[in-house]
Amino acid sequence: MADPIGIEVRNLYKIFGPQAAQLMDAVRNGMTKAELNEKHHHVLGLNDINISMPAGQIQVIMGLSGSGKSTLIRHINRLIDPTAGEVLVGGENVVTMSRDALRDFRRHKTAMVFQKFALLPNRTVLENTCYGLEVQGIPQAKRIAAAMHWLERVGLKGFEKKYPNQLSGGMQQRVGLARALANDAPILLMDEAFSALDPLIRVDMQTILLDLQKEIRKTIVFITHDLDEALRLGDSIAILRDGEIIQQGSSQDIVLRPADPYIESFVREVNRGRVIRADAAMEPATGPLPEVAVEGDCTLEDAGRLMVQSGITRLAVRETATGRTTGTLSMERILAAITQRSPGQP
Amino acid sequence: MDWLTQFPQMDANQLRDIKKTIDEAFRGFTRAYGSDIETLFEPLRVFMVQAERFMTGTPWIIILALIMGVAWLGSRSVKVVLATGATMLLIGYLGMWEDTMKTVSMIFVCTVISIVIGIPLGIAMARWNRMQSIVNPILDVMQTMPSFVYLIPVVMLLGIGKVPGLIAVVIYAMPPVIRLTNLGIRLVDKEMLEAADAFGSSDWQKLKNVQLPLALPTIMAGINQTIMMALAMVVIASMIGVQGLGQPVLRAISNQYFTLGVFNGFAIVGIAIIFDRVSQSFGKRLQKHSEVVHG
Ligand SMILES: Nc1ncnc2c1ncn2[C@@H]1O[C@H](COP(=O)(O)OP(=O)(O)OP(=O)(O)O)[C@@H](O)[C@H]1O
Ligand SMILES: [Mg+2]
Repeated sequence: MADPIGIEVRNLYKIFGPQAAQLMDAVRNGMTKAELNEKHHHVLGLNDINISMPAGQIQVIMGLSGSGKSTLIRHINRLIDPTAGEVLVGGENVVTMSRDALRDFRRHKTAMVFQKFALLPNRTVLENTCYGLEVQGIPQAKRIAAAMHWLERVGLKGFEKKYPNQLSGGMQQRVGLARALANDAPILLMDEAFSALDPLIRVDMQTILLDLQKEIRKTIVFITHDLDEALRLGDSIAILRDGEIIQQGSSQDIVLRPADPYIESFVREVNRGRVIRADAAMEPATGPLPEVAVEGDCTLEDAGRLMVQSGITRLAVRETATGRTTGTLSMERILAAITQRSPGQP
Repeated sequence: MDWLTQFPQMDANQLRDIKKTIDEAFRGFTRAYGSDIETLFEPLRVFMVQAERFMTGTPWIIILALIMGVAWLGSRSVKVVLATGATMLLIGYLGMWEDTMKTVSMIFVCTVISIVIGIPLGIAMARWNRMQSIVNPILDVMQTMPSFVYLIPVVMLLGIGKVPGLIAVVIYAMPPVIRLTNLGIRLVDKEMLEAADAFGSSDWQKLKNVQLPLALPTIMAGINQTIMMALAMVVIASMIGVQGLGQPVLRAISNQYFTLGVFNGFAIVGIAIIFDRVSQSFGKRLQKHSEVVHG
């Protein structure tokens, strides 16, 4: 399996329109998306994006429609050329690659899953799954073996001979996932990969992805406009608005400390009990320690359930790495954390 | 006030001189290069002669089996195969077997040429917008210019015979293949192409694996139209020496043989329907898995 590699995006700008390069200075000097559109009829797709995505982790990029998510993810494999800036993947600058180098990079370093699946209708499930390997020129026996392996892993054993239009949406996207995984690339790009699926199937697919990720340890860039999905999948989350990143951090950071009212309005609808961890809500340990303890990364919902089951109202919280008790968590603290509103919220 | 009632036209002498000069120049060109151009088209003539010899020289029963076999491969429908067989038998029984074979071989050659030239041209048009804007008006002219007009230079260059007739038919019948290849490739879903790019396909891999297969049903529709248009040209082509079902029609017109005309006319219609049904159901089978279903 390929070793995971990180992605570094630096000062990335994208202006859509014929005179993009000439308008770079104006944008650097602070012209906004609205002004650019009004005065020059160019669209500011991305505005000074800086993200560092660590190897082997799931980076979620979130934002409303039109915020530039697709534009950003397409810069990582350069389906879109930037107006300015760099994209470093494992130390290589994607932006300056030659055509051949770029093709090689796409074949071996990245794989992509699409919102509308983008499966070839005239090919069977198996043939679709082989696509990436076929393009790489890998011998047929080998690519079929790899494709069969990944089809089985995503739960599609027995469907190899079917055509995409004979499958449900959820199954089609599993083919999309298997096709991407068969490529054995260290980076997986997923542009709203689960957005076209209905809610239950969507949660299923998230589970499949999380289970697989424990083993494959790829650097996954996952785009979504759904906060619940972002919080569930993301090791870290970046929130985009109008082509700018307005907050980056872990799910805890986003939920507990939303950077502005825009994010706050997203966060309000979230089930906080499933996001906030015990160590974020605990208080310093004083007096005698409770007997029952949970790990620091246990969610408040799980901690609360444990309390109810054991008939207690206070827990000790242990640091996962060391096993040391770092604080205590009471029923009131849980309730306070779950029901808390930031100042200014009703 | 003469110019109000009379259209202000070019001086008659001047106009005549212009026409004369151009005609003379072309005649000179013909005299100088006519035979060279004829050699250029020699392979085409050989191809046509061979195809015709095969169709007329092979025992009718083998040809009939062959035609029904192709109908089966194309349509996979017993009904279509039986109807094809019955039509061919009736045509033969009414004494038009030989002429029909000649026409079918001409249509076959014309279709092959249209595909060989038309599909690459359509691909080039889909790829380069500049190419499209150059070729499209030419196709418009090819399709609307009365055939007799471009028959004049063709006949001047190559005389009367199979090859000039074939060229005339190809000029008239080829545009649909070109246009629909171009259209079919341009209509391929953008996300499909993006996926092909994202996996690192080369241009050739993209064309071979994504664009052509997804455009194929549209291209097939173009081929079908080309065949139909070629059949429509059979009578005109026979005026410059293409043998087949067109010649009896021509004879029927000049001698007022009503029945001869009707028989041959219906034979043309018969093979048109066979070609159409077979190629259409072939196109449908290609499309079986192509309706993209989302969600
Ligand atoms: N090729 C293009 N030409 C001009 N403007 C574009 C182009 N592609 C995207 N844009 C604009 O850039 C902005 C960001 O688009 P993008 O597709 O990245 O949004 P998104 O966050 O992916 O939205 P969605 O959730 O709808 O997919 C939008 O304002 C869009 O109109
Ligand atoms: Mg998008």
